[in-house]
Amino acid sequence: MPKKLLLEHIDVPSIETFETYRRHGGYASVEKALKTMTPDAVTEEVKKSGLRGRGGAGFPAGLKWSFLDRKSEKPRYLVCNADESEPGTFKDRYLMEKIPHLLIEGMITASYALGAKTSYIYIRGEYMYIVRILERAIEEAYAAGFLGQHILGTPYSLDLYVHPGAGAYICGEETALLESLEGKRGNPRLKPPFPAVAGLYAAPTVVNNVETIAAVVSIVNGGGDEYAKVGLGKSTGTKLISASGHINKPGVYEIELGLPVEEFIFSDEYCGGIWKGRKLKAVVAGGSSVPILPAHLILKTAKGEQRLMTYESLADGGFISGTMLGSGGFIVMDETACIVRNLWTFSRFYHHESCGQCSPCREGTGWMEKVLHRIEHGHGHMHDIDLLVDVAKKIEGNTICPLGDAAAWPVASAIRHFREEFEYHVKYPEKVANPKHFELEPFRSERLELSNA
Amino acid sequence: MVKVTIDGIEIEVAEGTTILNAARQIGGDVVPPAMCYYTSLKDSGGKCRVCLVKVTHTSTKDPRPMPKLVASCRTNVMDGMVIQNITSPEVLEARKGVVEFLLINHPLDCPICDQAGECDLQNLAYEHGVAKTRYEEERRTFEKIDIGDKIKLHMTRCILCYRCTFVADQLTDNRVHGILGRGDTSEISTYIQKAVDNDFSGNMIDVCPVGALTDNTFRFKSRVWFTKPLDAHRNCDKCCGKVVLFTKGDEVLRVSARKDKYAEVTEYICNECRYDHKRLSDWVIEGPRHIDRNSVISQNHYEKIDLLKLKQEIERQIDFEKGKQLPEPNQSLTA
Ligand SMILES: Cc1cc2nc3c(=O)[nH]c(=O)nc-3n(C[C@H](O)[C@H](O)[C@H](O)COP(=O)(O)O)c2cc1C
Ligand code: SF4
Ligand code: SF4
Ligand code: FES
Repeated sequence: MPKKLLLEHIDVPSIETFETYRRHGGYASVEKALKTMTPDAVTEEVKKSGLRGRGGAGFPAGLKWSFLDRKSEKPRYLVCNADESEPGTFKDRYLMEKIPHLLIEGMITASYALGAKTSYIYIRGEYMYIVRILERAIEEAYAAGFLGQHILGTPYSLDLYVHPGAGAYICGEETALLESLEGKRGNPRLKPPFPAVAGLYAAPTVVNNVETIAAVVSIVNGGGDEYAKVGLGKSTGTKLISASGHINKPGVYEIELGLPVEEFIFSDEYCGGIWKGRKLKAVVAGGSSVPILPAHLILKTAKGEQRLMTYESLADGGFISGTMLGSGGFIVMDETACIVRNLWTFSRFYHHESCGQCSPCREGTGWMEKVLHRIEHGHGHMHDIDLLVDVAKKIEGNTICPLGDAAAWPVASAIRHFREEFEYHVKYPEKVANPKHFELEPFRSERLELSNA
Repeated sequence: MVKVTIDGIEIEVAEGTTILNAARQIGGDVVPPAMCYYTSLKDSGGKCRVCLVKVTHTSTKDPRPMPKLVASCRTNVMDGMVIQNITSPEVLEARKGVVEFLLINHPLDCPICDQAGECDLQNLAYEHGVAKTRYEEERRTFEKIDIGDKIKLHMTRCILCYRCTFVADQLTDNRVHGILGRGDTSEISTYIQKAVDNDFSGNMIDVCPVGALTDNTFRFKSRVWFTKPLDAHRNCDKCCGKVVLFTKGDEVLRVSARKDKYAEVTEYICNECRYDHKRLSDWVIEGPRHIDRNSVISQNHYEKIDLLKLKQEIERQIDFEKGKQLPEPNQSLTA
């Protein structure tokens, strides 16, 4: 049985209620931390655990916590990033919906470690029904004395609020999130200063993903060293993966980091293989922003080593032949998938979600989408393909926030690995004119030959 | 004081100076262009990305290069910092990209635009852009609207530098316009067509780098290079009263604030000075206004032309083009 740290009790009936959750060992980390540990000791355990941020960038959580300006006179804040809007990623939703108290418990323990007296869960507006679930859970926690004044009779007090966004992917970027939480337009801020120094209301702030905060519970309960034994190397612990696409068993899986990618896709424990007996064509391993990889490169690295579900192994080969673990949005495509259409869909998303603050992203995302739309619908030129590569290159690294990069990477990687498919669309406009062309013969088999050649 | 090197030129500047301002202290070609930063507007800058530079050496303490190009207008210098602007092909290539991005949705209607001749985007495109576009798609357009009776908003030309919103925030008592929507469909607009009307609103026209905000009382009266700019002042209890009059014969066609060589207003003026004193006799004339930048206004034969200086300027620009050492572009300037 693989190790489960987050979803162990997910199938227990009524685990969403305080009572059941508590009966299964819930809120033990709060008791342990508040009654037997200093805040710094909690931070120390998180450092030892090697836990890395689960929101996408993989920044070590303990290190981020230690950057928090503790000398400042201002209040400190912990903000949970539950904006989860990356196409392909739906793990936080599952966790909050099924086992909301795990997040609340993590928020209390983490807030104690950081010395926050007020904390927020910023959740995407589309998750309105989860807002209600969380608010109910928070109410229960207040009633049980785990929130509010003098928690469990200790001097520590905490208030916790849920704040819904208004439906913008960009508000998942931590500084845009803070702007939005302050009631302003959700534009990312220029960094530095980083939130650890000047975050919410210009006060020291830590922003962490839902899963990161939930992981703090088992770190405090079992100790950082124990947590670090799970996983592989610097990729410690377990990770929630949202698997979607052409697989037999899409869903959210908790995996121990270090699992071979091949096993994740093909074993019955996880994705259960490619549907309809088809072949694997490509995978977007960490949410729509990360580079797409063709089958042979997702299963094995360019060096021929087995590819593992770790931050390091997935990144092996850099952006030439590797990708990123990202937020764990694992999108699988079978042999019939049209890479151009898929890329156009992603580009449409980034175009729609750019905040419009800086010129390369504002103008470049729209440009790429329009060119891809033309190619996909049979109106492309050969020079459009290099144009796309160049536009992506001119966005990447030149913007205020990483959304620009997130828009550029899929384009650059799809063309790097599947250029012949783009050329096919340009060469045979009549064959791609049908909007469902990617499902039709002879397009399917002809393209297959191309990719096998 | 800290010591920094920009394109091989060393200079000492005060701590807390931005890279852009350090470069301005050196002057000349090493100064990065700036389309959104505005010295007198707090929090401006960082958005347009034309001022990107490369930091090859962060400081004496930390000699590592910065991983990405940085916005020079919002990055402070550190002691021992080494910066490349026009000596970095990477910077020039990125800048060319930004100029292209700024132009793809721009209408390029300079022949009928009141800003032509004093437009920062025109100058930028001339110095850093390429001659042909690679953009084949439809351009975004908006209807023109009046925001208040004195200001015309032609959103199609806007580059979303946010300067006018900072003016409204910092100079007027109440901002009633802002940015609506997001991405390339975001637009400057007033809240439900509310009129922008207060004593200092006219300054939004002066800070706008393009022809998106123009003076309704001047529109289509004259190309700016056919006017004679004069420095003038009057006693005003609301503002400094120091202005530039754009005149034709005895007529005052437009009153604007004075700008420095980076096209930034030195002292803001009130709407009374701007709109309500359009007679020469209202003003004490100081003399001809020298327009400092490469601008067609300075070529209007109004100021005595110094032929030697003109020749030097032409040579400087030719050298500048050569010195750019452009990496093989997709379209060359001569194509
Ligand atoms: C455009 C954009 C969208 C993002 N969306 C999310 C999100 O929905 N959820 C999230 O946790 N992090 C998101 N991030 C990452 C956050 O900026 C931040 O790195 C993260 O919340 C830090 O938490 P962690 O260290 O626990 O991963 C996004 C980043 C960008 C640039
Ligand atoms: S990169 Fe895009 S989303 Fe990020 S600040 Fe710039 S315009 Fe906004
Ligand atoms: S209207 Fe002018 S000043 Fe305002 S954002 Fe647009 S370009 Fe900038
Ligand atoms: S002037 Fe620096 S980013 Fe616009």
